[in-house]
Amino acid sequence: MADLHRFANPTRFLKLAGYIQPWALAVFLISLSVGLYMSFFTAPADYQQGESARIMYVHVPAAWMAMFCYTIMALASAVSLIWKHPLADVSARSTAPVGAAFTFLALVTGSLWGKPMWGTWWVWDARLTSVLVLLFLYIGYMALQGAFDDRVRAAKASAILALVGFVNVPIIKFSVDWWNTLHQPASVVKMSGSSIHPSMLWPLLIMAIAFKAYYVWILLVRMRSELVANKVRILRLKQVHGG
Amino acid sequence: MKRKHKRLTFVIIAMALLGIAVGLVLMAFEENIVFFNSPTDIVTKKPGPDKRLRLGGLVEDGSVMREAGSAVVHFKVTDMENSVAVSFEGILPDLFREGQGVITEGKYINGVFQASEVLAKHDEQYMPPEVADALKKSGEWRGDETAPAK
Repeated sequence: MADLHRFANPTRFLKLAGYIQPWALAVFLISLSVGLYMSFFTAPADYQQGESARIMYVHVPAAWMAMFCYTIMALASAVSLIWKHPLADVSARSTAPVGAAFTFLALVTGSLWGKPMWGTWWVWDARLTSVLVLLFLYIGYMALQGAFDDRVRAAKASAILALVGFVNVPIIKFSVDWWNTLHQPASVVKMSGSSIHPSMLWPLLIMAIAFKAYYVWILLVRMRSELVANKVRILRLKQVHGG
Repeated sequence: MKRKHKRLTFVIIAMALLGIAVGLVLMAFEENIVFFNSPTDIVTKKPGPDKRLRLGGLVEDGSVMREAGSAVVHFKVTDMENSVAVSFEGILPDLFREGQGVITEGKYINGVFQASEVLAKHDEQYMPPEVADALKKSGEWRGDETAPAK
């Protein structure tokens, strides 16, 4: 009976995922090509940064995704810990490498921008350091997921790590307001309205949509393959035990 | 109370306590997390000549002076209340100019900040050059004054 219940939801999920997946891929490809075209050709150069400002069309959406993925991972971990929903741990585990990749991308593009603009690749200010900690949290989470033979114990331990690490997300967001940092404060999401010209804001938002759609697509791909792998494992176990 | 309700309350309480604990730690370490000091901090605290620290603010208008025949630059960093004289030898970043936010690292010796490194601090304004020109013409320009908060 318990087995039946565990399988009911993932099966329905697989069907739904199969339906959403091509749409997410289409949105991703279209918005990525429009967004890249706009950021290279229609968006103007910045009045003082010049052409280097174009790095932000990758850097800012990547940094948003880094925080977004961690938030999703922490929420899924909470659901997995409290309600023991079988899909929650799968989605948290599938999100981690994607979030880590976005964090890495944000750090690298930021560093490439920092050298010509600030005059340095890296400084240990609150924003940069807290984002580096976020990357380490992702890596630690993935390591912990892989460190247990028992899936249930791995899910529990890594869910606790994801929840504890969530404290870092508001720190990243508000680090530029709470402390003085080398990193500039938020331009788009802030109380007094955005301080970025519309001709530059649009390509940025379209790139953000592209990154979100990519996440939905890759998450579904990863979750589906994870669920299929689980099924295979259960079938193998049954075979071994002569079921 | 059902087991999952117990787990829910436990997670909420644990997260709240963790948040408070981290908040207290960050408040206690504020001195170390702050990346740079304002000119007012330097003037009021008067750090000793051996202490390495960072000074951040705007480059005061009309204060930049280059020594002829060398790479030494003198300028003043201000937060609109106090200003500190800085001298620096080396190559300045592209964004360095009067009215621009900068962060310098060095030592405060005899009332002059001897900087060994100068970084430009970019503000959060993004706009095309034509818009910047138009704003300057119409007198709506606030770009350079808004740079570093505090």
